[in-house]
Amino acid sequence: MKTTTINFIGNRHIALIFSGLLSLASLISLATQGLHMGIDFTGGTLIEVGYPQPADLNALRLKLDTEGFEDATVQNFGTAKDVLIRLKLQEGISSADLSTKVLDTINKDVAQPASLRRVEFVGPQVGDDLAEDGFLALLYSSLAILVYIAWRFEWKFSLGAIIATFHDVIVTLGLFSILGLEFDLTVLAAVLALIGYSLNDTIVVYDRIRENFRALRDKSTEEIMNISVNVTLSRTIMTSLTVLLVLVSLFFLGGETIHNFSLVLLFGVFFGTYSSIFIASPAALMLGISPADLMIPVKDNSDIAHLP
Amino acid sequence: MQNHFSLWKNISIILVFVISIIYSLPNLYGDDPSVQVSHIVNKLTQAQASDIQTTINNTGTPLKSFEFKDGRVLARLTNTDDQMKIADLLRDKMGNNYTVALNLAPTTPAWLQSIGAQAMYLGLDLRGGVHFLLEVDIDAAVKQAEERYNDDLRLALREAKIHYQNVSKDNGFIKVTLKDANDKTELLALLSKDFRGLTVTEPEAAEQVWLKISDADAREIKKSAVAQNMTTLRNRVNELGVAEPVIQQQGVNRIMVQLPGVQDTSRAKEILGTTATLEYRLVDTEHDVQQAVAGHPPIGSRLYYEKNGNPILLDKRIIITGDQIVDSASSSDDDGRPSVSISLNGIGASKMGKLTQVSIGKPMAVVFIEYKNETRMVNGEKVRHKEKVEKVISVATIQGVFSKRFQTTGLDSPQEARNLSLLLRAGALAAPVDIVEERTVGPSLGQDNIDKGMMSFFVGFALVVFFMAVYYKLFGMIANAALAFNVVIVVAILSMLQATLTLPGIAGIILTVGMSVDANVLIFERIKEEINNGNTPQSSIFSGYDKAFATILDSHFTNLVVAVVLFAFGTGSVKGFAVTLIIGILSSMFTAITGTRMIINWIYGNKRVEKLSI
Repeated sequence: MKTTTINFIGNRHIALIFSGLLSLASLISLATQGLHMGIDFTGGTLIEVGYPQPADLNALRLKLDTEGFEDATVQNFGTAKDVLIRLKLQEGISSADLSTKVLDTINKDVAQPASLRRVEFVGPQVGDDLAEDGFLALLYSSLAILVYIAWRFEWKFSLGAIIATFHDVIVTLGLFSILGLEFDLTVLAAVLALIGYSLNDTIVVYDRIRENFRALRDKSTEEIMNISVNVTLSRTIMTSLTVLLVLVSLFFLGGETIHNFSLVLLFGVFFGTYSSIFIASPAALMLGISPADLMIPVKDNSDIAHLP
Repeated sequence: MQNHFSLWKNISIILVFVISIIYSLPNLYGDDPSVQVSHIVNKLTQAQASDIQTTINNTGTPLKSFEFKDGRVLARLTNTDDQMKIADLLRDKMGNNYTVALNLAPTTPAWLQSIGAQAMYLGLDLRGGVHFLLEVDIDAAVKQAEERYNDDLRLALREAKIHYQNVSKDNGFIKVTLKDANDKTELLALLSKDFRGLTVTEPEAAEQVWLKISDADAREIKKSAVAQNMTTLRNRVNELGVAEPVIQQQGVNRIMVQLPGVQDTSRAKEILGTTATLEYRLVDTEHDVQQAVAGHPPIGSRLYYEKNGNPILLDKRIIITGDQIVDSASSSDDDGRPSVSISLNGIGASKMGKLTQVSIGKPMAVVFIEYKNETRMVNGEKVRHKEKVEKVISVATIQGVFSKRFQTTGLDSPQEARNLSLLLRAGALAAPVDIVEERTVGPSLGQDNIDKGMMSFFVGFALVVFFMAVYYKLFGMIANAALAFNVVIVVAILSMLQATLTLPGIAGIILTVGMSVDANVLIFERIKEEINNGNTPQSSIFSGYDKAFATILDSHFTNLVVAVVLFAFGTGSVKGFAVTLIIGILSSMFTAITGTRMIINWIYGNKRVEKLSI
């Protein structure tokens, strides 16, 4: 691949407007629709059963309805033979008994009983705790990275990297919100992994900008940024491609439980790549970064010069 | 000399590689369905082991191997049907004090086992099983303690002849109102002697004293409530016959129970939810036990059975019940014999005192009672009922008059003493427990998850390998070798640490496959740049690695930070993801930088090179 000379920085406004609109749409959806939280955070019961033949969902619904589980949602999971039943938290009933009762109910008077594949029950207190831990994880990882980049580079880069990363997270979450996909613990883990990945990409570009700030003294900040983004472009794309390859494999072959996990990362890697090319550098530029910020302080030799 | 590694560097890289291969080997071997037999307290003897072996052999079931080690028996069988059959047979034969557990015993060769190499520890989402999170109601434990103090206090006041108008509980306080305010000094003296766990406040009313369980005492009560529940749970889990149960405290008041391989969650819940209590009764030595066994128990007595199955007659009147036991601990008496010391509350102490005055020399028995919720199939319908199981756990002769504190001796071993004190505590005042989280994975889903995880790993790996080989030619192949090396190292480290591998953990390995070539991409792109800038192949390799190094360090570090935070805050399967990510990131830096460099140095180092295959 020959080194490109695309004017990314000069045309930054196009990307910024595009990202601005995308973020706005995401935020609106997150504010109005919110995220479809899984039972990990809301609490509740989830039961996955498998049938030897495609399951009759309507019959199942009717059965659960008549037995007093009116709020149960029944849907296929992955294949027509697998069924996922969700129940909200219920007052009064010992929640631990619920899964047993539901399984008894759906297996009553049937020729071919369903086999239990998975039960997840999360009490309200645990759900709150998991949500809190998740939030803290997001907060602490952002802080740790902010400090690290500020230390290794400079605070404007640090802020720029965080802006680019938040952009990726917001847009990814926005897509999840718009598509109404379920947000659970593994998805949260994927969001955190995406933060790591997106930063990794951004830092490679920043690293080159820092190097070029020091090496190419006769060029303007904008020019240096453009050169840096261009020379790292093939690397950025190559790495994203290899990661996308494994994610596509995970998405199609990893099974239902890992589906949303890989989807977050697919979205995330895509936007992370985009943001490290189009957003991260302009953000630092607009925060007023200049080569002077990263100059290695030159030892002052003037005292010695005056000596005879 | 450019692009040359010293001998020791080459040797150490190869050594890491060889060690990693050896320690990842156990994962290639499968498991044997097997049955494990152990005694809940003691070790099995050689005679018992041989007996078990004969029992199995008599059925004609093919036995793959029979091991007797550390007082436990492990019988490996050829298939799961035989496994179930033998387990049922042994459960009937061995009875209650033995644990017969189904197990998947690894078939790792002896030489690997001898260097401590084991296969990765699979999480519940891969092997199937139950995960419970139980919450202990520690506030209830404090309330119970308050109740006890309340009762004890009345009794103590009466015994000390301090006249009181009222002793009542009010909003976390125990309020004592005296008849005569002049008795206060006496009351305070009593409190500082016998009720150190209470903090005293004196309100304006002269005849009143307000008492509150001290913070330190409350903390202690809460702590022991959780500890008691943990020990009880351990005991009960043994009954379930689980090979590798995990019981851990989480946070202040939660207990995590993981039962790999358990499918019948309702039975597991029943057993974990069992409530227990105990009673002290006098042994009836006047009547003949055999007559009672024959169906003619004497009036005023009841027939019980000891742990070893011997019948015993006990007086129908109860001396004390478990809720009057405040504490018990195993220790050894003055002669160093194992013993259990028991403390009773006021009511229990006075009852015990009265009885022992007239019963010195008579044997006294402890009956352990469990209320089990059991579900049985009756005429095709599931019927739930509470079953009362009574067992005599200890018989001891009353040596003297005692009341509040006493010791039980005559126990066979320190182990038995520990077990008895545990049962006494468990039967006494366990705080209520609630299941607040349950995650069950059926065996079919577990195997599915493994299959799907492996499939997506191999396909993802193959895609990356192909892509790298096409794009970077020989250098790409070298990166691929490093990638394979990286996976071997990750598997080896996971096996060595026995860290739990979960489905998200497998996803983490797959993700590192995609990300770990990043370091090589960075290096190779740098080398290409250097060549384009007109540098010689040798110096391009050198400065390519050199310049990319700082970038790799910075970019991987941020990834690592996130993974570590994820590990710190994640639970269960998410933690598994964080673990593989952390290991993957670290080892990929080693393989992608040092591993590839070694091979490149072998191929291109120390010679004239016109062109690089990159």
